Amino acid sequence: MAALTAPIGLLAELTHRCPLACAYCSNPLDLVRQQAELDAPTWERIFREAAALGVLQVHLSGGEPASRRDLVEIVASARAADLYTNLITSGIGLTRERMVRLRAAGLEHVQLSIQDTEAASSDRIAGYAGSVRKHDVAKWTIELGLPLTLNAPLHRANADHAADFIAMALAMEAGRVELAHIQYYGWGLLNRAALMPTLAQIERTIDVVNEARSRLAGRLVIDFVLPDYYAEAPKPCMGGWGREVIVVTPEGSVLPCHAARTIPGLAFETVRARSLADIWTDGTAFEAFRGTDWMQAPCRGCANAERDWGGCRCQALALAGDAAATDPACALSPRHAAMRALAEAESAADPPEPQPRRFPQLVVD
Amino acid sequence: MIPRLRPGVRIHRDRVRDRWVLLAPERVVEIDDQAHAILARVDGTATVEVIAAALADEYEADAAEITSDAAALLGDLNHKGYVAWLR
Ligand code: SF4
Ligand code: SF4
Repeated sequence: MAALTAPIGLLAELTHRCPLACAYCSNPLDLVRQQAELDAPTWERIFREAAALGVLQVHLSGGEPASRRDLVEIVASARAADLYTNLITSGIGLTRERMVRLRAAGLEHVQLSIQDTEAASSDRIAGYAGSVRKHDVAKWTIELGLPLTLNAPLHRANADHAADFIAMALAMEAGRVELAHIQYYGWGLLNRAALMPTLAQIERTIDVVNEARSRLAGRLVIDFVLPDYYAEAPKPCMGGWGREVIVVTPEGSVLPCHAARTIPGLAFETVRARSLADIWTDGTAFEAFRGTDWMQAPCRGCANAERDWGGCRCQALALAGDAAATDPACALSPRHAAMRALAEAESAADPPEPQPRRFPQLVVD
Repeated sequence: MIPRLRPGVRIHRDRVRDRWVLLAPERVVEIDDQAHAILARVDGTATVEVIAAALADEYEADAAEITSDAAALLGDLNHKGYVAWLR
């Protein structure tokens, strides 16, 4: 049994609704509908339970959290629980007046996603003509004295604009920019062939980031995420399964990772039935890959086992067919070369038409 | 030089883990008691010297030494984006 740690972050997926339709969205393919969403009083209870359990920061996410009409109320209850409140938004659905109310409710940080540095391309990637409004949201955020992070999910169509994203972040007076090569979960996995960048693109973004980091230290924090497909070592996914992060989905399922529902055989409990603390402590889905006991070779006994925790379970499932396998992002995985070859082949081919994220169509006979 | 915490950065008592932390965008940084004593006096008006003098007084320590410790801590936190210099 691994020693139990308390989670630091709560990822609160308030809704799966979103006006955008990004093909890289990491939401699951079977999106949760509005009727099934938790209400604000239930979120209030979750925030109180999370703070008591040791959570310090809540990341209000989705979908688009601003699609919830009661977002101000939800933010207020998170702040009342003394959680650091971070809003992860596309900006669509926010007005200046609403942002004034969010700030008064205690919102502490706005993380605004932008799909590309040029409006037409940004709107094409988002499947929604909203990029101009995002600039208003950035402006209001700064005017209201809130810290702003510009979040740029990178993939084949925009990876070459990394330097422009950094310039945009400076122009917006953001304190932080996240240049995150997308990871391939949910819709992103479905659309991988359309999204995968080439190795040369990755290398250029690394150069841009290194140069900008030394030039802008103390002025702009630059966070950079490599795509696993080109990595030599796996990321410690979620800081280790059931160690640092707890995820609550729109309808109240409690997950160790936002993609965990793709893993067959895992049973997820709901906040409607048990407390967050109980689910965290001995919920079977949390126990399944906590610590190192579940590991197979080459992870078992590896010196890095308690540093990277064997990488990502969902990726092991997607690419090795077994959630308990070593993440193929690791050079020691027998699947590593195949993963890299897949990325190289997909990125070299003409991109297929991506499938925009959408709710399942109702089938009428 | 007058330090202040950047917007979105605050000091928080992490009761579950019995420690002080700085909460910031996508970051949680543990701070020790000495760092906490310094940061608790960062208010956007006090200079490093004024902060150090107050601490030297309170803990009956050498002001020059505390000034250099405080400047090092705040310089490091500035570099990492948690602290801004007003002047
Ligand atoms: S990735 Fe795009 S579609 Fe998915 S939730 Fe975010 S903004 Fe909406
Ligand atoms: S073998 Fe497993 S534990 Fe070792 S480095 Fe690779 S993923 Fe990490």
